[in-house]
Amino acid sequence: MATYTQLDLTKTANAVLDPVVIFDNVSLRFDGPPVLENVSFQIAPGETRILLGPAGVGKSVLMKLANGLLKPDSGYVYLFGQEITGMPEEELLDLRLRTGMVFQESALFDSLTVRDNVGYQLMERGVAVVEVDERVREALRFVELEHTYDMLPASLSGGMRRRVAIARAIIDQPSLLLYDSPTGGLDPVTSTTIVELIVKERDVYQTPALLVTHRLQDAFTLATHRFDGEQGKMVPLPHGQTNANTTFLVLHQGKVVFDGTTEGLVASQDPFLKEFLA
Amino acid sequence: MPFAIENLDGVAKRLIYSAQEYTLFCGQAIRNLFRKPHYWGDIMTQADLIGVGSLPIVVLTGFFTGGVLALQSAASLAQFGAQSQTGRFVSLSMIRELAPVLTGLMVSGRNASGMASELGSMVVTEQIDAMRALGTDPMKKLVTPRMLATVVMLFLLTIVSDTLGTAGGAFVSVFMSAQNGTQYFTSAYQALVYSDIVQGLTKPLFFGFIISTVGCFFGMQTTGGTQGVGRSTTQAVVVSSVLIIVSDFIISRIMLWIFPGF
Repeated sequence: MATYTQLDLTKTANAVLDPVVIFDNVSLRFDGPPVLENVSFQIAPGETRILLGPAGVGKSVLMKLANGLLKPDSGYVYLFGQEITGMPEEELLDLRLRTGMVFQESALFDSLTVRDNVGYQLMERGVAVVEVDERVREALRFVELEHTYDMLPASLSGGMRRRVAIARAIIDQPSLLLYDSPTGGLDPVTSTTIVELIVKERDVYQTPALLVTHRLQDAFTLATHRFDGEQGKMVPLPHGQTNANTTFLVLHQGKVVFDGTTEGLVASQDPFLKEFLA
Repeated sequence: MPFAIENLDGVAKRLIYSAQEYTLFCGQAIRNLFRKPHYWGDIMTQADLIGVGSLPIVVLTGFFTGGVLALQSAASLAQFGAQSQTGRFVSLSMIRELAPVLTGLMVSGRNASGMASELGSMVVTEQIDAMRALGTDPMKKLVTPRMLATVVMLFLLTIVSDTLGTAGGAFVSVFMSAQNGTQYFTSAYQALVYSDIVQGLTKPLFFGFIISTVGCFFGMQTTGGTQGVGRSTTQAVVVSSVLIIVSDFIISRIMLWIFPGF
């Protein structure tokens, strides 16, 4: 497992291919046992990291640490080369503008229309109404939900809400995407639609991403498929091939028990991983 | 340590911690008044919801409180041959005390609960986190507009209540106690001095601040799903109502100190 010293981080901060996110020995506990214990990993530019683990293991907590929605008890989190653990909220808000986050239950603003939800970030920045309209329609077209423009979130299905949440996350072309269980609680067909959108975002825009899921099927679909721009849909990679930029992290009892490629995960002899993947 | 003392110790610590958090929360809400961005649109929306929305209950409460004051006092004052002083009694009671306190309690019941449940629901459905993730400060966007709107609108609602209370007293005095209307309004007007108005209109500024900050504080502190939202809502109403009554006593005492002999 990779560990990072502050000296190394200073050096890498000046490098061309800086990691987008770095977790350096991050620990966090609420009441009771630690939720995360000495967690270290990084996300490289263009990389999609899939965070696996049983329910309640701290995946969503880790996701919120990545953009400073939570602060660790110890250790450091670096976002776009900046150490955010001690950063004031005011500065963090600016940094978060470069990230897009899809929440577990979508977290759409229920009193706003789909248009206002998707265009929220742009409206807050005071972007002209015409441009907001145009970019909202473009983002909704990406998730194939242009017809929901004037609807309220309450009138959308669970899958549609996730897609709107994805549109909201990608509208400003973020430098990092955080997906918190984007397929959780959805039926298999809708889940595949969501996974296809994530693959499309990954392959079309090469946006680095951290994706939390406990659905192995979705994780392996991400690793073994690519988006075909000509056909306009997700297609499987040739047999035995996986996407090199899609790698895995597995959390167990607050610790990272695996950090590596799809092949490494499948070949692992770790008893927990074997049982988890079975 | 005996269980009861240990329990007391825990409660005391929680109370002090909550007081500390509330103080920091209020400080941040006030500081945001002087920091950009300012959400004028949200302030106007909240002013409409809180002020215009509360108008019917404030009108009814004010009118009937003034009426019942006139009804109850007329009989007592008549025993001393002072029924002509009903207007004085009603206007002083309404303007100094009853209009600000009752309006505060009414607005608290309606809006502190509304703020706590609205923000609480946003917390448990991660909408507040989503707002932060989208680069917006929820304190600036949600709390400060509610605070400013409540303070301004409660001030105005109290004036409405003062007016309607005096009118309610007049209605009862003229139509039920067969008093002279001119006499009622003359005594009501002559009884009032500058310090009465200052006292009556200073209180809603504090009450408005209490209602909005307590409502928002409990909303933003919500944990435990929908049950937690219900708990926050109840706590917001109870705490803001109690704080209104307690602060009313303190403000009255300070006013008596500032304006001695009134």
